[in-house]
Amino acid sequence: MAQHKINYLSEGGLPVALTTVDKLVQWGRSNSMWPLTYGLACCAIEMMATGASRYDFDRFGTIFRASPRQSDVLIIAGTLTKKHSPFMRRLYDQMSEPKWVISMGSCANTGGMFNTYATVQGADRIIPVDIYLPGCAPRPESLQYALMLLQKKVRTESASRKLKPKRLV
Amino acid sequence: MRAYQDKKNVQAKAYYNDRFYVAPQIPKDEVSTDEVFAKDVKDLESSFFVKEAYIQRGQLVVYISAKDNLAVMEFLRDKLNYNFLSELSAIDWLAKSGEFEIFYQMLSTSKKKRMRVKFFIKEKEEIKSVTSIYQSADWAEREMYDMFGVRITGHHYMKRILMPDDWHDHPLRKTYPLIGDEEAQWYEIDKIFGREYRDIIGPEERDGARIVEKDTHRFSRIKHEVPFGTEYSEKETEMDYQEEGGIPIVRKLSKKNEPKILKERP
Amino acid sequence: MQKVNKLKPFFENLVFEREDNRMIINFGPQHPSSHGQLRLILELDGELVTKAIPDVGYLHRGMEKMAENMIYNEFMPTTDRMDYIASTSNNYGFALAVEKLIDLDVPRRAKVIRMMLLELSRITSHLFWLACHALDVGAMTIFLYAFREREYAMDLFEDYCGARLTHSAVRIGGVPLDLPKGWTNSLMKFINEMPAAIETYEGLLDKNRIWKMRLEDVGVITPEMAQSWGCSGLMLRGSGIAWDIRKEEPYELYDEVEFDVPVSDRCDAYGRYKLHMKEMRESLKILKQLIPMYAETTPELMANAPKYISAPKEQVMTQNYSLMQHFVLVTQGMRPPVGEVYVVTESPKGELGFYINSQGDPYPYRLKVRAPSFWHTSILQAVLPGQYLADVVTIIGNANIVFGEIDR
Repeated sequence: MAQHKINYLSEGGLPVALTTVDKLVQWGRSNSMWPLTYGLACCAIEMMATGASRYDFDRFGTIFRASPRQSDVLIIAGTLTKKHSPFMRRLYDQMSEPKWVISMGSCANTGGMFNTYATVQGADRIIPVDIYLPGCAPRPESLQYALMLLQKKVRTESASRKLKPKRLV
Repeated sequence: MRAYQDKKNVQAKAYYNDRFYVAPQIPKDEVSTDEVFAKDVKDLESSFFVKEAYIQRGQLVVYISAKDNLAVMEFLRDKLNYNFLSELSAIDWLAKSGEFEIFYQMLSTSKKKRMRVKFFIKEKEEIKSVTSIYQSADWAEREMYDMFGVRITGHHYMKRILMPDDWHDHPLRKTYPLIGDEEAQWYEIDKIFGREYRDIIGPEERDGARIVEKDTHRFSRIKHEVPFGTEYSEKETEMDYQEEGGIPIVRKLSKKNEPKILKERP
Repeated sequence: MQKVNKLKPFFENLVFEREDNRMIINFGPQHPSSHGQLRLILELDGELVTKAIPDVGYLHRGMEKMAENMIYNEFMPTTDRMDYIASTSNNYGFALAVEKLIDLDVPRRAKVIRMMLLELSRITSHLFWLACHALDVGAMTIFLYAFREREYAMDLFEDYCGARLTHSAVRIGGVPLDLPKGWTNSLMKFINEMPAAIETYEGLLDKNRIWKMRLEDVGVITPEMAQSWGCSGLMLRGSGIAWDIRKEEPYELYDEVEFDVPVSDRCDAYGRYKLHMKEMRESLKILKQLIPMYAETTPELMANAPKYISAPKEQVMTQNYSLMQHFVLVTQGMRPPVGEVYVVTESPKGELGFYINSQGDPYPYRLKVRAPSFWHTSILQAVLPGQYLADVVTIIGNANIVFGEIDR
């Protein structure tokens, strides 16, 4: 019987890869970010375009889920109005940990051009936000970039971190 | 000391007005210039009080008295063939004369004509709902009530439509500021967290151009990102998508497997 | 941290379980197929809807109040965010209203470019409608196909004005830019490709058993209902009333181009689906006629009215008086005459009207937007009772409503 010596640690001999639990878990988490279909206004159209044929969001492992219980990311796509704000807080509370929030577009970031009585001046008054994506409306590419940044952020976190109660706002 | 501002009309005003400038008027044509409209007005006048009637930019404008509104609408639909009520709303003249101006925008598809029925009401005066004639008035009247506080009788479901039920004041009145009164500005905080959280969360930031680089709660400088709420640092952060060294299964982009960019769509 | 009991339900006084075997369900305001932030409170008897109360306002951003506090040109980008699927139609509706107010005629080339953008946005809007409607009903493939063609149209917009969604490509008094070089060629290519694509959709849907079962005789709107509820656009033509503002009260150059107005007297969702398809073809026909018309025009793009509209950039940079005028118009805004106008255009959704009351100030005293979707949503309370719960999604999707426009 011939003997093959395999140096598992050198390049190419890949049956074994050494890594940490943190990295493995976060690699899994970051590559299967499931956003909630949470379209509020104009940005929702670009969010849909991101999910559709040309931009194909699925290749990032993001599959839109209709239920907050199944999703990891809340993409606030559009203007958050005062009438709607309790509902958003509620959806956020319904999402299971770990959860992240991308605030897409100027309206969700700061109220944007709608400096009026009816608009919440920044979604971060209601829920904590991880990534702020500027633009009105941001192009699909920028949403993808935002997601990539979020993936990077997720990878640097510790998997077993004690989930700190996020700051109120 | 703050400059005096008229609280009755807080709409934005031009900062400079030429003393001698007199705004021109859009011409008001005689009704007799259009025979269809002339006939309509004649019919209307035979059974209702018509205060004024003229044609402006091709559309008939008729002023009637407020108490006739329901009867006039019925007359317009049944006798004059104005089969669509395409718009209905109010204009706030409270600062000037304490009145609301209500307008009904009508369309007749058979005559291909549009007309506008208008009348004035006092602030606390009630008007009759026209939902029995045109059902489309249903939501428009609710919106009018929501935005101006015009009181309407005979509507089957008079409730706010655009603003939440517990909203304070009517937003489109000229006394209502653009960024809202105090109730409006704290609405979501009061509702979600409770009044006691106003201090923790703080007032709204209404200046869209405000940037504070060192505030890592609200801002992050590109290439100098730090975790949320930590100390700002001048050190450059790396912005590559992949971690250095990479993750074994995810390939890094290189010259070899670069995507091809086509000149035009195949 | 937030106390859980602080978030009391908004519908505290609703009784969800009732003794007469009726059930009340709450649909929205965040529902994947409610096309935005529509909330419906439905009373059900088994699966039959017995009463429906639509609740809107979750996207009310105070645009009319904004308009009162902005000079006319400043308001233009805000109109983009109303019907954000076809934003040029809103831009245009507002620009036309102001032009009517100040009695202005725009140069012919600007008219042609505007019409191109309008028809193109009609196509994108209908494609988007088809994609979402099909997705709601269960046809995922159509969603991907329709978005593919929509992206091509988006490319054209992007080439022209740089934006994909919110164009602001129409100005009061004309258009800011000429068509870029070769744009008409790409448009021609799009026009040539589109019919085949529409055929593909129709091939997938027209005789599809599921599609027909879910659309035929669903959401019937009789002509009387359509008139009484103030329907317009396709909702009206789907009920057999031939009324297209482009034909009846032509604006721009719609009286010079040849096109048909498809009408269906089926009154149901399937008829309206067929109308959307036909109307896309008509739009393509108009676009095709516009290309030679564009070549014949002279290169003026903005109307010459120094009182209201800035001179071309060249003049502003070289002539003193133009510069002064430009400065005044930018800092103070134009002052239209005293009076009021109500101007309608045929947007992809229906009759889009702008009512402007001007008191001679740079700010409109009152600006009211007659958004077609608002009226098409109010009809839901009359259409939904008697339908099954599963058809609710079809009817909402079929009405082609956009919430930016409803709530403004």
